[in-house]
Amino acid sequence: MTLNRKSKIANQISSLAGRRLRRALALLFITLVVSTLIALWVGYQPLDLAALRTDETARTLFFRLRLPRVVMAGIIGASLALVGGALQALFRNPLAEPLTLGVSGGGAFGASLAIALGLGAKVAGTPLIFVAAFLGAGAAVLLVYHLARTGPVVLPGTLLLAGIVLNLIAGAGVVLIQYLSEYGRALQILRWMIGSLDVVGFDLLWRMLIFLVPGWIALIWAARDLHLLAVDEETAASLGVDVRHSERLVYVASSLIVGTTVAVGGQIGFVGLIVPHAVRSVFGEDVRIVLPCSFILGAAFLMLADAIARTAFGVGELPVGAITALAGGPVFLWLLRRQQRLAAI
Amino acid sequence: MMGEATRGVDALQAKNKSVRPLIEARGLRYAYAAGGLDVIRDVSLDVPRGQLSALIGANGSGKSTLVRLLGGLVKPQHGEITFDGARLQTINARARATRIAYLPQTTSSVFPFTVREMVLMGRTPYTARFRFEQPHDLEVAHSALQAVDALHLIERSVMELSGGERQLVALARALAQEPECLLLDEPSAALDLKHRAGLVRHLRRLCDERGMTALVVTHDLLLLDPAFDYLFAMRDGTVAASGAPVHVLTDDVLASVYGDANIRARRLGGRTVVWSEL
Repeated sequence: MTLNRKSKIANQISSLAGRRLRRALALLFITLVVSTLIALWVGYQPLDLAALRTDETARTLFFRLRLPRVVMAGIIGASLALVGGALQALFRNPLAEPLTLGVSGGGAFGASLAIALGLGAKVAGTPLIFVAAFLGAGAAVLLVYHLARTGPVVLPGTLLLAGIVLNLIAGAGVVLIQYLSEYGRALQILRWMIGSLDVVGFDLLWRMLIFLVPGWIALIWAARDLHLLAVDEETAASLGVDVRHSERLVYVASSLIVGTTVAVGGQIGFVGLIVPHAVRSVFGEDVRIVLPCSFILGAAFLMLADAIARTAFGVGELPVGAITALAGGPVFLWLLRRQQRLAAI
Repeated sequence: MMGEATRGVDALQAKNKSVRPLIEARGLRYAYAAGGLDVIRDVSLDVPRGQLSALIGANGSGKSTLVRLLGGLVKPQHGEITFDGARLQTINARARATRIAYLPQTTSSVFPFTVREMVLMGRTPYTARFRFEQPHDLEVAHSALQAVDALHLIERSVMELSGGERQLVALARALAQEPECLLLDEPSAALDLKHRAGLVRHLRRLCDERGMTALVVTHDLLLLDPAFDYLFAMRDGTVAASGAPVHVLTDDVLASVYGDANIRARRLGGRTVVWSEL
């Protein structure tokens, strides 16, 4: 009997979260490497390794344009997917992500306000615009949360509706700001609104990372608490989680991350929805697995999406946000259909 | 002669000490909003150690709030709670979770966690941040599921479970915390009679075989006597009566607790039957 039980437990050891995470990370790391190589390879002109060795121009093009852009796509994709996974667990809503919660809209509003006020000589990359976008994103997440919360319950349907309407309002606000600004700045806002991963050199990337890395660390640190919060708040609290503290940490970290990515790349929607969903359906629901895996798969996903944006359709570069929306919108609707129960509330 | 008498007193004191209540609450007061209505008004009670106790009372009488206070999930504005002789507020949340397991009313989940994942969550207070459960934790989870006869569910998704099975899994998660004390908020609310009785049987066994202390918020007045050792009856944020089931389940006490003279209780074949005149 006990022998039988021992062997039963031995059979299940491989199902322990730590081992599952290790296997998943190994697999995803390979995916990331392959995706990086593909993203570096394709482009206006496919990579020519011989030219790279001999031709100075080719080398400059590769190291100043293509490589930073691919890295940028990876960083933003990883960030958005990580935030999506965290928000889904925090709000116990598989449809939550920066776009559907209005967080990226709030960030965009903050950033465009900063640009209109002339807080940045350049559109992207000045810390003040990062800060403005962070504040906008933070205000949005607090507003949506308070609208959807009644007592201890966050109504899942109300949360999404409030988020999407907030996004529309913020979008209208951005347009208004653009019309009221002087011509040069309006053009800056327009260019930035379209959302692109255009980047020259690595300076901007370093500046972004100053804001992003603390956010990443905070969310990974909170993964264990989010794993319990994904069940319900009372359960998490009874298992020793300081719920209010974790909530605040996740808000601040998410706003920081989304604000920064929006300030640089504009609104890129649905990465935070598709990627964690894919991770969950393959590697299970454990949030401590979902967050790090979403981070890596998110990087791979946006690099490939950007590779498609750069090369497909033969019409020059598409905004990568269009690709992710085309891929993610239908996934959202399909999930909504599956979660009728949720949407009804 | 003298010495013998002293020994007798010593033995009595030792016995009293060994049955010192696990949780002692004195003068608790709590309002959800500052300056708002007191949901709990001057509650003092002792939760007996190693026994199965129930908290009964009308809707809105403060039962849920009281167990949340006793579980350390909310802090009283006035009064003090000691757990095993130590002030509850001085025990940090993680240490508390290894001693007190609290089960909230609802146990549904949006995400399709497996039963194994759900029960292993009970091991969180024993697992450092950035670490994962070890094979030992899996053994604890197994025996927790076995204790509530639900080991066969281990591979299932919690979404596919019936209400009764979900409640058992939640109870197993609480047991995986290896607590000294279980606080359950209406665990049987959504269950049929068979499953409600089954749950009480499990709780009785845990108290008898493991010396577990359990306090259960319940409306199941029929299943109290003789399964439960002790009852607390609440009315308007106070404990109106407490004692053995035979003393609490009487016409007078029930009429006052529920504010309804139609509720009746009779002893019948070694148990107390409670019903309401219609």
